Amino acid sequence: MFRLQPKTTQGIAMVCIWGGGIITVLILVVVIGYVLVQGIPSINLEFLLTPPKGGLSGEGGISTVIISTIYLVVITVVILVPIGLGAAIYLAEYAPANRLTSIIRYGVETLAGVPSIIFGLFGFALFVTVLHFNFSILSGALTLVCLLLPTMIRTSEEAIKSVPYSFKEGALALGTTRWQMISRVLIPAALPGIVTAIILCVGRAIEETACLYVTLGGSAAMPTSILSGGRTLSLHVFYLAMETRAFDKAMATAAVLIVTIIVINTLTNWLSHRFQRKMKGAG
Amino acid sequence: MVVNQNSSKCLNQKLGVKDLNLFYGNFQALRNITLEIPSCAVTSIIGPSGCGKSTFLRVFNRMNDLIPGARIKGEVQIDRIPIYGKTIDVVRLRKMVGMVFQKPNPFPMSIFDNIAFGPRQHGMTNRFELENIVEQSLRQAALWDEVKDKLKQSALALSGGQQQRLCIARVLAVEPEVILMDEPCSALDPIATLKIEELMKNLAKNYTIVIVTHNMQQAARVSDTAAFFMMEEDRAGILVEYGATSQIFTNPRDKRTEDYITGRFG
Repeated sequence: MFRLQPKTTQGIAMVCIWGGGIITVLILVVVIGYVLVQGIPSINLEFLLTPPKGGLSGEGGISTVIISTIYLVVITVVILVPIGLGAAIYLAEYAPANRLTSIIRYGVETLAGVPSIIFGLFGFALFVTVLHFNFSILSGALTLVCLLLPTMIRTSEEAIKSVPYSFKEGALALGTTRWQMISRVLIPAALPGIVTAIILCVGRAIEETACLYVTLGGSAAMPTSILSGGRTLSLHVFYLAMETRAFDKAMATAAVLIVTIIVINTLTNWLSHRFQRKMKGAG
Repeated sequence: MVVNQNSSKCLNQKLGVKDLNLFYGNFQALRNITLEIPSCAVTSIIGPSGCGKSTFLRVFNRMNDLIPGARIKGEVQIDRIPIYGKTIDVVRLRKMVGMVFQKPNPFPMSIFDNIAFGPRQHGMTNRFELENIVEQSLRQAALWDEVKDKLKQSALALSGGQQQRLCIARVLAVEPEVILMDEPCSALDPIATLKIEELMKNLAKNYTIVIVTHNMQQAARVSDTAAFFMMEEDRAGILVEYGATSQIFTNPRDKRTEDYITGRFG
């Protein structure tokens, strides 16, 4: 049988590996570059500070959209973090290794893979219709909480579990109760990881479109309360692209969105880097 | 037995174990152990790997409770009070019986906060008292002079030997009566080891110290009494011989002890 020389296979492997890397970077550069190049010329202070005019023209800015986005994210985080962190601590520290726990864990993992529009439908049925929250920040935030809980739980559980066993042992051996050990040693040591989990969820909340389409509505008005409707940046991009002629405004909004995501990702990387340094003792 | 008796809290027997059997699920880790550990002395536990030395050590602060499936038969006493009784508060027990681990395990916080950790958890909030106890503990652990100017720095930045002395100081800060040490020098260089050994001898004036060690010379150097453990065919640990360190090392009564300390196995 015909066999390639080791040198040849080495060459082919190099081409494939480099090719993969270059294509990945290329896609990234092209997508982000395209959006930024198309979008940035339309971004100015006026764009950021005026509300959208509505209607088919798609004229106006994105001020109310930015406010809605921040409002929604804050409410989501306020509800998400206590529940998610509680569940993570339970799973990492208290849950006995039995059938029920493995069912819970399996449930969490399955939920993480459910498409967001399914959560949207659920949110629409429960929060918007049955509970009469209508299309509102509250409905949107509760739906996002359902969507993001698996991510929040799993990421913070990992952060808690990555704290060395010797810390736990050391605390307990000093005569602390289990809760003192968890609250004074485990959580502080896992905190950068937990903050990373929260930021990850914030990022996903900002990116999310489908499930908000059916729970947040699409009101471009300034939200006045938790029961006001609203639209987030990504939802605004969707509306501009599908229902108006203002493609440049859609691109501009998309550019704002991308810059936000890049900032959030950079922050996440920086934090987890610091986390590792702290664990190694250089901090 | 060579026992220092220069402190009022030093009574003769501190820890007592009678007919102790310990199981992890179906596996028996310790079989029929009976011995009495004197107070204000260093007692070393020696023996080949896997003979249950660490398990035995962890009987006294009930750290084995953390392992699912661990159960115990027989009696374990501190000051002749059984510590596996239903009314025993494990948290209080662990305050009284401190532990130093094989690998130094300072928390990822400042040197000061590490030492103040125990007292704070037990309710001490007064800054002045805390500063006092931190200094006292660090002095006792022979670390004060090296760290007094950097108490606010991360404890993880210290060297391995310093970290281990910090862990000893952290234990001292909760004012225990017994200190368990699980191979405290196995991760340290010879100089750091020597410092810890010196420290142990000093601490033995006021504390009951039980140390697990793989290092025969170390056991001979620091301990007043020594217990030699071995495993039986089913890997359960048994106590082969127990007595004054000088006797164990110069005139062992059991052939297996002699074989072990002369390096014929293990």
